[in-house]
Amino acid sequence: MDLRDSAEHQKFREEVRKFLKDFKDQAPEETAHTFRLSPRPYTQQVKDWQKLLVERGYACRNVPKEYGGFGAAPDILKNKIIADEFFAADMPQGLYGQGISMLVPTLLEHGTEEQKQAWIEPTINGEIMWCQGYSEPNSGSDLASLQTNAIVDGDDFLINGSKIWTSSAHIAPMIFCLVRTEPDASKYQGISYMIFSMDTPGIEVRPLQTMTGHPSFNEVFFTDVRVPQTAVVGGRGKGWKVANSTLKHERGMLSNANASQERLNKIARILKEETVDGRPLFKNRILRDRFIDLQSQVQGMRLHEMRLLTNAERGNAPGLGDMVCKLLGCEINHQLDALAIDALGEIGILYDGIPSVQEDGIWQQWFMYDLGLIIGGGTAQIQKNIIAERGLDMPREPRAVAG
Amino acid sequence: MYFGLSEEQVMIQDSFRGALERAVTLDTIRAVATGETGLDDSLWEELSQLGMPALLISEEFGGAGLSMLEAAVVAQELGRHAAPVPFVGTAVMATLTLNLCGSEAQKSNWLPKMAAGNCKIGVGIGNVASGARRGAAVSVSEKGLSGEIPFVIDAAGANAFLVSDQAGNLYLLNSAAAGLSVSLSPTIDGTNPLGHLTLNNVSVNRLENASAGSLDRIINAGRIALAAQTLGAGEEMLRRAVAYAKERKQFDRVIGSFQAVKHMCAEMAAQLQPCQSLVWYAAYAHDVLPEEASLSTLLAKSRLDDVGRMVARTATEVHGSMGYTDLMGLHFWFKRIGFNRAQLGGPEKLRQEAAELQGLV
Repeated sequence: MDLRDSAEHQKFREEVRKFLKDFKDQAPEETAHTFRLSPRPYTQQVKDWQKLLVERGYACRNVPKEYGGFGAAPDILKNKIIADEFFAADMPQGLYGQGISMLVPTLLEHGTEEQKQAWIEPTINGEIMWCQGYSEPNSGSDLASLQTNAIVDGDDFLINGSKIWTSSAHIAPMIFCLVRTEPDASKYQGISYMIFSMDTPGIEVRPLQTMTGHPSFNEVFFTDVRVPQTAVVGGRGKGWKVANSTLKHERGMLSNANASQERLNKIARILKEETVDGRPLFKNRILRDRFIDLQSQVQGMRLHEMRLLTNAERGNAPGLGDMVCKLLGCEINHQLDALAIDALGEIGILYDGIPSVQEDGIWQQWFMYDLGLIIGGGTAQIQKNIIAERGLDMPREPRAVAG
Repeated sequence: MYFGLSEEQVMIQDSFRGALERAVTLDTIRAVATGETGLDDSLWEELSQLGMPALLISEEFGGAGLSMLEAAVVAQELGRHAAPVPFVGTAVMATLTLNLCGSEAQKSNWLPKMAAGNCKIGVGIGNVASGARRGAAVSVSEKGLSGEIPFVIDAAGANAFLVSDQAGNLYLLNSAAAGLSVSLSPTIDGTNPLGHLTLNNVSVNRLENASAGSLDRIINAGRIALAAQTLGAGEEMLRRAVAYAKERKQFDRVIGSFQAVKHMCAEMAAQLQPCQSLVWYAAYAHDVLPEEASLSTLLAKSRLDDVGRMVARTATEVHGSMGYTDLMGLHFWFKRIGFNRAQLGGPEKLRQEAAELQGLV
């Protein structure tokens, strides 16, 4: 154990700090998280900030130069230093989302040269938003049973079917999508991963109102949507493998102990500053006990991420430790939201548009949104299957359909 | 930055794990649990040769001169094997007390014997670590120490005792001292009896060199060792639950293929994962980050107490009725986890301290 920076990392940390100090004025108000809560096109200020971060190597720093990235050699500790320093300075970090966090790593791993040239640079600069066409009305946890299909028609595919829970489809100009292209192949071998424009004729998007009152995802219907065969990433019938590498990135994206720490800090402020009958909330022993309990869990996740970082840096393959992050991180966040709501009493049930509520955090919205995250990106129960089957080597559930 | 064990620490882990695998069987544990003395002398002897009591003692006094992180590594292995040996009191808290608060004469008198495994010291500072219960109190006069000190850790076979008065002053007393009577109370963990001392003007050695913060360090060290033991015990219970679920068949399937069972195991595994980092970090902070030592210890032990209880219960349930029987001996781990939880402050007490420490009161 040695948690000190090496000389090189210390120097790098100082560079990041200097950047944050020098460019404080240019930072936008809004963060990637606020865009995720209610998806809408990025503002110019957000895009400018993102472009600056990419140029300086503080976002997408490992994306090669030829695709518009910074091209830094992989150094996971530097990525961690960036995240921690931006967090400590309360400055908006680089954007994340389906395009940057999921599509870009997938293209880098599986894309053709042409695909990489075309899509990576505008995506990492925040110019092109993406949506993810995976789930279908009848294919949720059992994603590989998806039925949206494509048949060959000349040089093109004709796509028919529908997708659901498609975040940002109402604003994203592009989609990456799983489609059944090989009807005779087995369940897992018949799927292709495709990327195409949401402006293609035959696509209809219907926003789905969510329980938060903010539309964040959609139903998408495809009727004879004509897409060139060059839209396939990673080869026909290889889509399941390609998608799994994307899902891996999504699971990483959904847990972030710094974000949990930030909420914990907000709750600490609430407990100190809000009063009931003139006494600060933390005089309530039960709220205090719940707070410290969650503090120990957030601390556990922060330290756990450091352990995983060391593992990754040593070149060890991801394992059980990585598989638990989504399950634990989402659950902790949801419990943090619940504590804040309970601590705030009647204030905690005021909703949209009340400035004093926004300042303390939009806890009711998070409480619902985080429940969505417990379900989305592989439900908590699917996560437990993964942990048990892949992490603990327990027997698989017998499959209803051979695959 | 490097978050993990060094090569040397992994070697220590391997050597203790190997030795404990060979030396500690269910029969060993059962013998201590049903025996009179609460001790297994040959196991103590073997682990002494491996350096267990000498970990925290400096080389000058015949010890290994290691730090809390190594002690936590060993504690985790002891918990993993439900090893029926004194450790937290004598090898961690008492040695650290002598290191921090002993005079040169006290150190050279006690530490070499302790390092060699020839002397054990029971620790009765629960009155300042978890609070005095049922009239536990001692008074000091020029004639010596008088009163009742219950719940003394590692009292079985102890040659001396480390005790505290309510003000947190620390004293050493010889187990053969006039006016001292010692009795052992069985606990839920049959391999871990607690001592009860009745003192009537017992002459004592005060540990004079105590400075501000040394009592905290001693209690922290004990709490880290307990948390590490609980972690090892929890990991072992999970391992056994998974192994059992992969063997036991019902409805023509191994029960581990049912999601109801699988999810119980996944939940245990998930909750245990960050616990390793909490324990290592608390030990590391104890060694090199003094300003974070107390808080990280409080967070680690309170969390381990709770996760430990969940794992102990869930792993037993995965075993079905077999888990409830004495046949598999799973209950020894269950009981060790329960014992550790109540020692040196349970989770509610620790969270209260963490709140106080951060000004949240």
